Amino acid sequence: MKILLTAKPGTTSQVKTGNWRELVYPVIDIEKCIGCGICERVCPEGICFPTGEKNSSGKGFYACDLNWCKGCGLCASECPVKAIEMKEEGK
Amino acid sequence: MSNTKNNIKYKAPLSHQLNPGHSACAGCGMIIAARLVMDTAGPNTIVTNATGCSEVTTTQYPMTSFKMPWIHSLFENPAPMASGILAALKVKGLEDKVNVLVVGGDGATFDIGIGLISGMWERGENTLYICYDNEAYQNTGYQSSSSTPFDANTTTTPPGKKSSGSQQLKKDMIGIALAHNLPYVATASVGNTLDVVAKVKKALSIKGPKYLQIYCPCVPGWGIEPKDTMNVARSAVQSGFYPIVEYIDGELVSKKSAQGGSALGGVTKKVSIEEFLKPQKRFKHLFKDENGKLEIAKIQKIADENIEKYKLI
Ligand SMILES: Cc1ncc(C[n+]2csc(CCOP(=O)(O)OP(=O)(O)O)c2C)c(N)n1
Ligand code: SF4
Ligand code: SF4
Ligand SMILES: [Mg+2]
Repeated sequence: MKILLTAKPGTTSQVKTGNWRELVYPVIDIEKCIGCGICERVCPEGICFPTGEKNSSGKGFYACDLNWCKGCGLCASECPVKAIEMKEEGK
Repeated sequence: MSNTKNNIKYKAPLSHQLNPGHSACAGCGMIIAARLVMDTAGPNTIVTNATGCSEVTTTQYPMTSFKMPWIHSLFENPAPMASGILAALKVKGLEDKVNVLVVGGDGATFDIGIGLISGMWERGENTLYICYDNEAYQNTGYQSSSSTPFDANTTTTPPGKKSSGSQQLKKDMIGIALAHNLPYVATASVGNTLDVVAKVKKALSIKGPKYLQIYCPCVPGWGIEPKDTMNVARSAVQSGFYPIVEYIDGELVSKKSAQGGSALGGVTKKVSIEEFLKPQKRFKHLFKDENGKLEIAKIQKIADENIEKYKLI
């Protein structure tokens, strides 16, 4: 029997932990977002990121990828301009 | 959903050194710290990792969340493994081109691995040791370690008629690191992400053995809401409960830089010890009766002593 002792880099990304979310999910108001990047630093999943697009006031806004979001709410509680709202699932 | 709120169409670029899909709890402080550390160290880094949540949650066989070379071995092994890696890098002439990081929880660091960490430090190996301090053996169900703070409720220090939680004081790991004459010894809190990044950068710019201890709330172990991880990590610092210090060549240098105002995560008289303790179930028993008040006064004294010892204000 051959047992592999190594794993390919970053392979857990195939596990979509978004299905852990039970109650709430984050929604970024792209017009309120000032592009500070705090959500990117605090998200435990590392899935808040700059979209590369700008809002009407010229700020590069961020998004959260719900495929892996566990709904912890840290991005929303740390956002300095309250641009992120935790919404009830299914709404 | 209005159009301006639509964030569904964007896909995460997965540009961090630590990928998602790991099984850390929602709101885990350790995994936030791990990502900050790995991103700052960059791809030219080899990591040895002790047993604990940082390993269990990121490397479910046959997958890994890490993008850089990363090796797990038994609790006491990551420090000597780093020595072996350094020896191999030397043979290849790469010892100045690759960062060697050792990662362990508080159980792995304060208790189980301490003898071999001491050896690595004594040999003066060019490594950065990262201890993510969540103040107990969290992965196996919240047993106390020698980093568990006084009066905390863990599964091995349950409060009751004869006890108010852990009766031992937290081990002074900073003092132990300093006793090894390391060129760099510091603490940080995950509640201040920029300070974590700055300290990893600083440490990696220094040759020799470095020690960085990062305060990382554990959601189920401390009994907090996932959304409160950063708040609790900050109020620990602001109340003086968890001293943020930085020593270069044995000299306390951080008084101004890392402490700063409350915004930077420094101590502020405005945050009481109660404010730190209250949101955590591990301290809930202290808010029941008059005896609890006396215990809280003892914890306040520990914080006051920290403030004085490390000149935090
Ligand atoms: C020698 C040995 N003893 C005990 C265990 C069981 N064990 C696995 S993870 C863990 C907890 C480690 O605690 P810590 O280092 O603080 O990391 P945390 O889980 O808190 O992240 C324990 C006790 C083990 N794997 N090996
Ligand atoms: S709710 Fe938590 S997991 Fe989801 S995007 Fe925000 S910080 Fe990340
Ligand atoms: S048990 Fe604690 S340290 Fe472990 S993954 Fe969960 S929150 Fe993180
Ligand atoms: Mg621990």
